[in-house]
Amino acid sequence: MEEIGSLLGGFAVAISPYNIALMVVGIVLGVVIGVLPGLGGANGVAILLPLTFGMDPTSAIIMLTSIYWGALFGGAITAVLFNIPGEPWSVATTFDGHPMAQKGKADEALVGAFTSSFVGAIFAVILITFLAPVIAKFALRFGPAEFFAVQFLTFASFLGMGRGSPMKTLASMCLGFALASVGLDGVTGTLRLTFGHDELMNGFKFLVAVIGLFGIGEILSSMEEGLAFRGAAAKLKMDAVIRTWKQLPAMAVTFLRSCIVGCWMGITPGGATPASFMGYGLAKRFSKRGRHFGKGELEGVVAPETAAHAAGTAAMLPMLTLGIPGSPTAAVLLGGLLIWGLQPGPLLFVEQKEFVWGLIASMYMGNVVGLIIVLTCVPLFAAILRVPFSIIAPAIVVVCAIGAYTVNNAMFDVWMMLVFGVLGYLFTKLGYPLPPLVLALVLGDQAESSFRQAMLTSQGDVTVFWHNWLSGGIMTLGVALALWPLVSMLFGKKDDDALANPA
Amino acid sequence: MIGKSLRKTAIALAAGAALLTAFAPGAARAEWAPTKAVTFIIPAGTGGGADQMARFIQGVIQKNNLLDKPVVVINKGGGAGAEGFIEMKGSAKDPHKIIITLSNLFTTPLGTGAPFSWKDMKPVAMLALDQFILWTNAEKNYADAKAYIDAVKAGADRQFKMGGTGSKQEDQIITAAIEKQTDGKKFTYVPYDGGGKVAVQLVGGHIDSSVNNPIEAVAQWRGKQLKPLCIFDSKRSTYTEKVTDDMAWSDIPTCTEAGLPVEYQMLRGIFTTAGATDEQVAFYVDLFKKVLATEDWKEFMKKGAFNQTFMSGPEFEKWLTDTEAKHKELMQGAGFLAAAQ
Repeated sequence: MEEIGSLLGGFAVAISPYNIALMVVGIVLGVVIGVLPGLGGANGVAILLPLTFGMDPTSAIIMLTSIYWGALFGGAITAVLFNIPGEPWSVATTFDGHPMAQKGKADEALVGAFTSSFVGAIFAVILITFLAPVIAKFALRFGPAEFFAVQFLTFASFLGMGRGSPMKTLASMCLGFALASVGLDGVTGTLRLTFGHDELMNGFKFLVAVIGLFGIGEILSSMEEGLAFRGAAAKLKMDAVIRTWKQLPAMAVTFLRSCIVGCWMGITPGGATPASFMGYGLAKRFSKRGRHFGKGELEGVVAPETAAHAAGTAAMLPMLTLGIPGSPTAAVLLGGLLIWGLQPGPLLFVEQKEFVWGLIASMYMGNVVGLIIVLTCVPLFAAILRVPFSIIAPAIVVVCAIGAYTVNNAMFDVWMMLVFGVLGYLFTKLGYPLPPLVLALVLGDQAESSFRQAMLTSQGDVTVFWHNWLSGGIMTLGVALALWPLVSMLFGKKDDDALANPA
Repeated sequence: MIGKSLRKTAIALAAGAALLTAFAPGAARAEWAPTKAVTFIIPAGTGGGADQMARFIQGVIQKNNLLDKPVVVINKGGGAGAEGFIEMKGSAKDPHKIIITLSNLFTTPLGTGAPFSWKDMKPVAMLALDQFILWTNAEKNYADAKAYIDAVKAGADRQFKMGGTGSKQEDQIITAAIEKQTDGKKFTYVPYDGGGKVAVQLVGGHIDSSVNNPIEAVAQWRGKQLKPLCIFDSKRSTYTEKVTDDMAWSDIPTCTEAGLPVEYQMLRGIFTTAGATDEQVAFYVDLFKKVLATEDWKEFMKKGAFNQTFMSGPEFEKWLTDTEAKHKELMQGAGFLAAAQ
């Protein structure tokens, strides 16, 4: 096992008081960045990148990746407490995390989120350690058709999830697609649906929409319900960690499923956000307790968080071995590598052994250190809910506004956020589900360009999606999943008939 | 001990004096200096070539204390960069804003009809020209550019797939220019959202060729996955240091000498706002001259095989006028102009 020797060498590089101090600073900064919506990991890393030019590359990347781990952890905090996803990949965490907080189980939701983040990340790092060269080659097989197949599978795994009417789910998703198509069309290079307004050229940014739909929408709903946080009265117990960990072994299958989905999406590179949605969707479909998802189920927090972290971590692999970033943050880190004089690509593992294994060792350590830091802070985070609503609500609105502004440094986005807030409130009132809209908004334009790229390469032949076993297999799986609700509905009906007939 | 530290002080003093003399002429000319933070706009997303260069410049300025005030880097890449340029146009009176350009300075207004042109800003300096190279998958083993073009000519129309960044931008313009040399055989142009992705798609065999910038594909070249056929410059690269086992950037023939007479380079330049005075422009010209003099910058240029041409003032403006006209002609020929034009 040559890898183990290299990894131990890596630990020798990474474990120095200086590097560990950088790690702690990075993770704390990352958590703060993750908590503030809008100021995502990519922005955080980009802002701090120039500070690291004076450091040696290994220390620099340890600090920057620690910010990344911190942001991955931090995104869950506001998602659980206030229904505001701090990062795009925390959207799915709100589905069950926030209802848990409303039931007074905020601490359990947070511990569950942090622990599953950790499990996902460690699973992905182990994968990177032992399988990096093999997997790097696999990622090369992904052309436009394969990308579209994966995106289609994500939508399919999410279909029929809504508790409400399927028509409302469809309407919500279509609105998301429509919003996603505003702005510059990457394939033809022309502007769409901007009606001559320069502000719309940028399209509707996912984060602005999400901050409005979830954060502001939630504040509006809370105001209607009497200016108080539900679940605020829950007593703070210090045993949250043990209490939550006891429930986790029963979810081993969900952990494993989400780890696999996450690693897959990180490597291919689909990214952490679709991974979290797919992890949640699949868990809801296949878990025994899936019916209760959306009402505050711990498993509904575990599934997306594990997948998001596995994907976020696995995204480092294509960056290092192929030079393609698997996430926006990885893209900024890639720029950093070049500035430090390192050339990411097939030769990095050969020429810069010390750096690569130092980085991989720091991934293990960064996640352990990160878990300890965030777990000790759980009571602190949960206590925020005890601050009176009338004090904290204006603070949340301000943070949301700053977050929306930061995305593009544009005031227009703050107005957009408010409009989305009202829309989110109306959606909730009328029983339209928000997740399909958000999913379509985040994946819609990617899926569209992959589809059109595939159509260009095949010159309009739809069978391109079945031209090899890889995309064909994924597409078939997607179609099967998409039709599953229909099939189970038919069979479900039969059961009802069978029951009804004898009576 | 004392002797040693004295000598150190003397060296430091000498170095300081040398620095002072080096910068004195510049300091004398530029009397204006920023009174608040300078906003450095990137009209493109994070991680791309312009972003890398801008963040690198920010780092160099900070590391060498070239500016008293901080430099704030912001990405405004919406609408193929129109967002960033329109912000520059809208803040004509604020000389604390500068922008780095890529070819979308010309292609975005022509292709989308977005209301701006380089004349809505004040040119500061050309920092360098970014090169384009015709790459193919190493496994296909085309002997040279001519062999590849012959294969395109012999193949069916649209059989060969050219990958590139964006649509109606530099990569597709070069593709259109190449198509003039292929006896009417067209490429299927597949637009991706980033140069790094294009290089990987080429390695994976999902496309047949690309016109990636050197820095976007150098890793795959060194890994023997991609093969450079020719460089779209009038003369060969000046970097003679070996990049792979047996080749340097200077060993890549120009496309013209390889039988494919196409030339194209991309501006990496700096602009400030239209209302800036001559003094203010002179300050920025000086600042960037200092950046260009650093060892870090020279190393960065070498890594990306940039063409190091510096221009400012009337010379730069003439270059801009000519290049804009060239883009208009190329895009008109390819049918890429927006309907409104």
